Amino acid sequence: MQSKTEASLDKTPALKICESMGQITSDSLIPILQQIQDAYGYLPAEILSEVSKQTGLNANQMYGVATFYEQFHLEPRGRHTIRCCRGTACHVKGGRQIINAIKRKLNIEEGETTEDMQFTFETVACLGACALAPVMVVDGVYYGKMTHRRVGFVLDSLETVEKETT
Amino acid sequence: MSEEIKVTIDGKEFTGSAGQSVLDVALKNGIEIPNLCHDPRLRPTGSCRLCLVEVEGQQQPVTSCTLEIQAGMVVRTETDQISAIRQTVLELLFYEHRGSCTTCDENGKCRLQSYAYEYQLGDESLSQSLYTEPAPNYTTGNLALEYDPGKCIRCGRCVRICDEVQMAHALTFKNRAAETEVTTAFDLPLNESTCVLCGQCISTCPTGALYDRSAQGQGQAKDLVKTRTTCVYCGVGCQIDLNVNPKKNRIVRVTSEVGCIPNDGNLCVKGRFGMDFVGHPERLTTPLIRRNGKLEQATWDEAIGLIAEKLTKIRSESGPDSIAGLSSAKCTNEDNYVFQKFIRAGIGTNNVDHCARLCHASTVAGLARAFGSGAMTNSIDEFKNAKCIFVIGSNTPEAHPVIALGIREAVVKNDAELIVADPREIELVRYAKLHLQQQPGTDVALINAMMNVIIEEDLHDKDFIEKRTENFAETVEAVKEMTPEKAEKITTVPANAIREAARTYAKADSASIIFSMGITQHTTGTDNVLSLANLAMLTGNVGKESAGVNPLRGQNNVQGACDLGALPNVYPGYQSVEDAEIHAKFEKAWDAKLSAKTGLTVVEIFHAIEDGSVRALYVMGENPALSDPNLNRTRKALEKVEFLIAQDVFLSESAQYADVVLPAFSFAEKEGTFTNTERRIQRVRKAVNPPGEARDDWRIVCDIAAAVGTPMQYENASQIMDEIASVSPLYGGIAFDRIESVGLQWPCLDKDHPGTKYLHKGEFKRGKGKFHPVRFREPAESPDKNFPFILSTGRQLYQYHTGTLSRKSPAIHQKSPTGYVEIHFKDAKEYGIEDGDSIEVSTTRGKVTTKASVGTLVARGWLFMPFHFAEGPANMLTNDALDPIAKIPEFKVCAAKIRQL
Repeated sequence: MQSKTEASLDKTPALKICESMGQITSDSLIPILQQIQDAYGYLPAEILSEVSKQTGLNANQMYGVATFYEQFHLEPRGRHTIRCCRGTACHVKGGRQIINAIKRKLNIEEGETTEDMQFTFETVACLGACALAPVMVVDGVYYGKMTHRRVGFVLDSLETVEKETT
Repeated sequence: MSEEIKVTIDGKEFTGSAGQSVLDVALKNGIEIPNLCHDPRLRPTGSCRLCLVEVEGQQQPVTSCTLEIQAGMVVRTETDQISAIRQTVLELLFYEHRGSCTTCDENGKCRLQSYAYEYQLGDESLSQSLYTEPAPNYTTGNLALEYDPGKCIRCGRCVRICDEVQMAHALTFKNRAAETEVTTAFDLPLNESTCVLCGQCISTCPTGALYDRSAQGQGQAKDLVKTRTTCVYCGVGCQIDLNVNPKKNRIVRVTSEVGCIPNDGNLCVKGRFGMDFVGHPERLTTPLIRRNGKLEQATWDEAIGLIAEKLTKIRSESGPDSIAGLSSAKCTNEDNYVFQKFIRAGIGTNNVDHCARLCHASTVAGLARAFGSGAMTNSIDEFKNAKCIFVIGSNTPEAHPVIALGIREAVVKNDAELIVADPREIELVRYAKLHLQQQPGTDVALINAMMNVIIEEDLHDKDFIEKRTENFAETVEAVKEMTPEKAEKITTVPANAIREAARTYAKADSASIIFSMGITQHTTGTDNVLSLANLAMLTGNVGKESAGVNPLRGQNNVQGACDLGALPNVYPGYQSVEDAEIHAKFEKAWDAKLSAKTGLTVVEIFHAIEDGSVRALYVMGENPALSDPNLNRTRKALEKVEFLIAQDVFLSESAQYADVVLPAFSFAEKEGTFTNTERRIQRVRKAVNPPGEARDDWRIVCDIAAAVGTPMQYENASQIMDEIASVSPLYGGIAFDRIESVGLQWPCLDKDHPGTKYLHKGEFKRGKGKFHPVRFREPAESPDKNFPFILSTGRQLYQYHTGTLSRKSPAIHQKSPTGYVEIHFKDAKEYGIEDGDSIEVSTTRGKVTTKASVGTLVARGWLFMPFHFAEGPANMLTNDALDPIAKIPEFKVCAAKIRQL
């Protein structure tokens, strides 16, 4: 097994998850991946290889499933996840500017994570809140009628900003 | 058995069986329904949407590959509606497929290309594909194969064959929709994934998206000429098609046809990527003669003249028994027949043997004693239907990869129970219900303990024992003492695991034993084989389908070389040289005075060279300087022998000692037959022209025979086979015209005989099966204070034997560059050894330097080394102590020590 630059991760949580699954069938795959992601924040290759060894589930299949679903992440994630809408309504209302503002503010591209591991930034085809366009979501909380100036404000004061509900 | 169903396809009525798809029935009856994602080896998915058909009574078209036939079904495969849909499907595929047919290797074989023509796609759909920018992928830099996503149509056949047939689970689709691509887990480079380089993915790819790297640019599919022949590597005998570019006289790639016997289009890494040796620049092209200590080019006349002169002189001075010959399990049946005939009739001695001595001599000796015939009792195809498979001392996935497919299929698809008894944690363990990790050299204890349990728990087949066997009572006595608890002490296998294994084996309806070198290469090799025969007879598992005792033969034609009498004690067809009647028959047939004395075996020949009783040695296509045990001793003998003839395709380690070297054809240049491990005699056909002045092996032997005054004349290989059929009843019905398309399995007694699928049906070859009481004996050498490890040697998947052939392949070299010794991580830690460190392994006979491979493949206290590598030759270390009956050396057990460098 090729070891990446990162230091070895603690395998104990993974082993516990495998044990808790009982009889492993092909149906166990997605629940295992979800629990591993909950425990580690993402799906580290090293851990998945160990899970494969423990459960007999094949690594190729894990990788196929993990890359198929948006919910799974193979790279470490930032503490906060920012999702920005690029749906039609948001686009018309200047969503592109919001996206650009986030990129400038964090100095990363879509799909990337800041070096200090604070923020991961993604775009989404539609967040389903067109009435509030343009929309961004931080850690599951919706921010509507965004402007590029509010982006800085929200990101700077994640703790204190007043939460808007949809 | 299954129900017959009548369906109507395109107005004609056909009969199929339940479970067959409409596509199966159509294709079988010559109706071509276009398809891209279909491969008969795989479960249908209906993903390419090309095989859509109209079915009466159904509103929508249906994919015929997933549609099971039903009585009275009326199907139309070509209607205007269907045509239009197919055209659209093809257009959509071409949005993602770069239509660069003019420079594509698959041009002429590509299904997508031919459908594009058939459905007359417009220019606009062929002009531009969605993806053009090449990016690195999992095959980048791999020398075996390459993946081009721009030509991939995402049919999933490569991913499915890797999962369903090869079960290597290396490939997967990643991402979704338009971004879908084939890759390995975590995008690892192919050689770092679980890929075993079988190339099954290439074989099933319907376009040129996956292709042999070395074939690129060497000839398009439409220009290649295919020659069906038999693979030259292992004993499975896969049927391969050598695809040759006639303009270049070069094998461009190797393919195999789905449906062929015995491999159904499947190959392993060596068959697929290991043919570079054929056109290799290091091939011998002229005879060489040693002059002033150096091998120099010579003419055939000079070489043959010198050989005749020396052999005649030595024979007249010291008698015919001072000459010995090593025949070859790599050569054809015809070569072997002519070679042993020359040694026997031309020279007048039975000193002829070959490397079967080093692999399955104990099998031949043991099974002949127990059953009357020393070959695999059943056929390869039967494994997949066995209810229990007991693999002992066979690393099938590495040594016989295509047979391993059948074992995995039996377990995964047909719910067979697999028991693996092996000191190493081989890949098959993953599929096994039980892994019995016995200490090397303790097989008899293990098997006797299993028999003990079976008798104790009354699981034996009394009816079979009573009616079909003899000598049972004495055997019961012999196994009585070996309780599972006692066996646990000897073998280290827990008593309960032994019990469980015994029950599993005994209770199965059909239980098949598979064994190989782990059983045979011991000083107790014959005992080991006899024990397995006992076990099979005890449970009535001989003489029926999907059961039996199945030694997997190593070399491509080791079965044939034995069958054709390249053994010192028997003429062709296992007819004893010491039997007066048979002796007389052969003297008459060959019109020569023959020796009635059993000759020397391989290792004995080298020992006889030491004491001067053998003065000349003729080696055809063998490499004892790397393959034989205790190499220091073997090499000294090669140096010492007065006159050494080496006939080979390369200047092998052994040929370098020779006085005369004769350049021979490789398998791809000759006509003839090989006999595979399931006793199937299969054709070998010429695909390319030989290099330089090389000659066919049997012709060289005939040339020498003529020069020593005993001419043997044959027009061609077919004529030799006719002579074989006339002297060997086993091959009595074999003739080239009968084995053109599919080989026949011996015994094949006459021209109307259909061949024999499995042996000993109704009656054993020797009449009654004979139980042999066998008791456990220690190996010749046990670890001690100075040499604390038990060292075993063996094979690995990527290389073959002494590497003379397989190491010429760049693709294989990239995956398997050099030798190593496997060691348990705890032992390694104790010695301060890390994975990849250079270490010295030594025994009382010699020492080698190699790399440590640290892990859990071997248990503590044991070491394992592959023997393929000349730069760290494992056989420097191995013990040349012999089994008293079979004279096979103990490659599998010797005492060794290690030292970090």
